[in-house]
Amino acid sequence: MSELTLTTEGDRHIVVTRRFAAPPEAVYRAHVEPELIQQWMLGPEGWTMPVCICDPRPGGRIRYEWSRGDGGGFHLTGEWIELEPFRRLVHVERMHLPDPTPDNRIETTFEPDGAGTLLTARMEVPDAETRAAMLGSGMQQGMEASYVRLEAMTASG
Amino acid sequence: MYGGAPDVDAAFAALAHPVRREILTRLARGEATVNELVEPFDLTQPAISHHLRVLEDAGLIARRVDGTRRPCRLSPDGVTTVNRWLEMLRTAYEANYRRLDALLATGSAAPASDPPEPTEDR
Repeated sequence: MSELTLTTEGDRHIVVTRRFAAPPEAVYRAHVEPELIQQWMLGPEGWTMPVCICDPRPGGRIRYEWSRGDGGGFHLTGEWIELEPFRRLVHVERMHLPDPTPDNRIETTFEPDGAGTLLTARMEVPDAETRAAMLGSGMQQGMEASYVRLEAMTASG
Repeated sequence: MYGGAPDVDAAFAALAHPVRREILTRLARGEATVNELVEPFDLTQPAISHHLRVLEDAGLIARRVDGTRRPCRLSPDGVTTVNRWLEMLRTAYEANYRRLDALLATGSAAPASDPPEPTEDR
């Protein structure tokens, strides 16, 4: 429906925004109901999520396991911190690559935007070691080889 | 596989300052010396030199010696490393949200007739 924006905020955070045609309640539910999460939160093409545990209440468990179908895979664990139906979610997550990365706190908001939703996700910039582990995990499998151009970053702030 | 790559934190910190982003944009058009950068930016030479040092320490620019000149240029490694990670993130989100668009269009996540009880938050 609309272009995703991904910008840096200061030197510690990344903010992603995206508009959806559906109302906030639907977009919110797609973030907390396992049978919905499994259908879209798959990253680059070629991955599936055979295991999706999501208990959407404060302190509730998150466990997502991704598989590339050729034996490759990794998983993520986390906990929900705050849930304001259908407006705002806060959770922490860490990837297991296979060593756990430092916890990343992610705040996601769902604001009415006409008949649709403006989603904003704010997360921390991982440290260099985590970033290297992410790049080396095979997550970029199937990605286009194009790089963000310098202008994309210089225009961000 | 990215040996010698600059710390992404240092790169983001360097990019957080508008003058340093302007300098990178200028250097994207070609090499420049400190003196050549002073004029368009209306800053003192020590100020420009400071910004160049931050960019150099972050691995975003490189300097070479040319007689008494030390022209600066973009460091392909530094820019590419930061961008490669950001591009991976962007690609994953774009793929996710395109699938989410399709899922939402099916009505699978349409509001239930019995909305769930609001969860206690905080």
